[in-house]
Amino acid sequence: MSVLIFAELDEGKIKKSSLEAIFYGAKVAEMTGTSATAIIAGPADDAELASAGRFGATKVLHATDPKLTEPNGMAYATVVAAAVQQEGSKVIVLAKSSLADAMTARLAGKLKAGLAANVIELPDLSNGFLVKTSIYTGKAFAHNELKADIKILAIRKNTITPEEKDGTAPVETFTPALNEADFAISVKNTEKSSGDILLPEADLVVSAGRGLKGPENWGIVEDLANALQAATACSKPVSDLDWRPHSEHVGQTGIKVSPNLYIACGISGAIQHLAGVNSSKVIVVINKDADAPFFKSADYGIVGDVFDILPRLTEAVKAL
Amino acid sequence: MKILVCVTSVPDTTTKIAFTDNNTRLNKAGVTFITGPYDDYALARAVELKEKTGASVTVLNVGEADTEPVIRKCLAIGADDAIRVNAEPTDAYFVAEQIAAIAQETSYDLILMGRESIDYNGGQVHGIVGEMLGIPSISPVMLLDIEGDTAQITREIEGGKESLEAKLPLVLGCQEPIAEWKIPNMRGIMTARTKPLKVVEPTGTDKLTTVDSYELPAPRGAVKMIPAEEAETLIQLLHNEAKVI
Repeated sequence: MSVLIFAELDEGKIKKSSLEAIFYGAKVAEMTGTSATAIIAGPADDAELASAGRFGATKVLHATDPKLTEPNGMAYATVVAAAVQQEGSKVIVLAKSSLADAMTARLAGKLKAGLAANVIELPDLSNGFLVKTSIYTGKAFAHNELKADIKILAIRKNTITPEEKDGTAPVETFTPALNEADFAISVKNTEKSSGDILLPEADLVVSAGRGLKGPENWGIVEDLANALQAATACSKPVSDLDWRPHSEHVGQTGIKVSPNLYIACGISGAIQHLAGVNSSKVIVVINKDADAPFFKSADYGIVGDVFDILPRLTEAVKAL
Repeated sequence: MKILVCVTSVPDTTTKIAFTDNNTRLNKAGVTFITGPYDDYALARAVELKEKTGASVTVLNVGEADTEPVIRKCLAIGADDAIRVNAEPTDAYFVAEQIAAIAQETSYDLILMGRESIDYNGGQVHGIVGEMLGIPSISPVMLLDIEGDTAQITREIEGGKESLEAKLPLVLGCQEPIAEWKIPNMRGIMTARTKPLKVVEPTGTDKLTTVDSYELPAPRGAVKMIPAEEAETLIQLLHNEAKVI
């Protein structure tokens, strides 16, 4: 029996959110008196894979089949299900992402697993298996009892702060039988902004709304984001107006983020926007309207013109 | 072509969430229930496909009797008939099982639903249904076109999007801008009253997860305001006080 962690790669490196999942899984293994195995699919070198040991994994299964080079939720679910069977795993941990979502659902269907999405704390094992999840788009929490034999925990970013230690995990090549039907979807084209910090992974987010007046003014937002090494985001009206791509829209019907710092520039703070960002650790609001509702949900606020304030903040960051 | 659209009945997005019965139930007093916003996109695209190709559109809801106004609204928007599985939709696997059971009776070419419900936000039901039926599932879908038995799909991925091609049948979790939300017109509202709405009992599985209790987030502390002329101080505070940069 072991805790199994599904870890994702981004260009051959284990994603930061997956390191958090590995650390979380290792903690659960510690709590349940078992060990933590990571399963990773796709190309990566052994040193990178072995580094999962620094976050508590005691073994890494590496699915190396070239058919798994491109992320594929259905095929990865088949691989993870085989790993669950081999390891006798009862708890599967992973970090929320678009790939993880696609994988998790298929896996839950295969294993008849009890599934908790958006987990935000370590489980409470004092009476059954209870996990706290974020619901109503961050407006509330639920304490869920997972009653199935096999449990899947999809954790949200910033659920736990990973602590690194010395050590590496042995890497074993894993070659389960793949299922042809999992490759029925063909990918024609992928458009991905490269080099940028991915919004769901970002520790720091600079977000802007209609107060920026037009897409041509986004330079001051990007300058601050670059200085901070933050990701950029936007409000729903901005993505509806096509000033920014939909993949940057945070809020109730967009991306939900939980970074360490969320800076909202020229966003009034409709309840639907707050829902997507209110799990952020620290919220800064900059708005020229002192009555903007967002100030009530902020930790720091500046009433002022974003066109004046943002360049000054950028300079102040560079001076740090 | 037969399309099944699965919809949720959820609190309006502006709702202030509160709980009752010792934090074990949502306090529904004064709460307006709406079709899940993502489900509304799925329904709108299904009705467009019906108008274009003559597809039939069936709406499915797993919910108790108080969800019927939402189902009637979906019929008013253009669905042909509806099925309600009479059960509280609290566990993703359980809900998926109900949908799969309906889908096994009638073979649908497309099963559409929102990318996630806005109450539990799991975003898992479409994938579990796909697995149960042994057909592909894709989410979140931003564009959908059907030619013959082939679907052309654009899916959002982190930091971008990808174009996909897959053969029907498919299960899709939908989001904007797959279609514009539709508002029912008077004729739609009148005809919706007489469109068939079948109520069936759930197939019996124990729920794999249950909610023991709910909790509201602790309120944030008071906001610290910084005068605009001293804006640079913010960076010092974020560095030294909040320690986030």
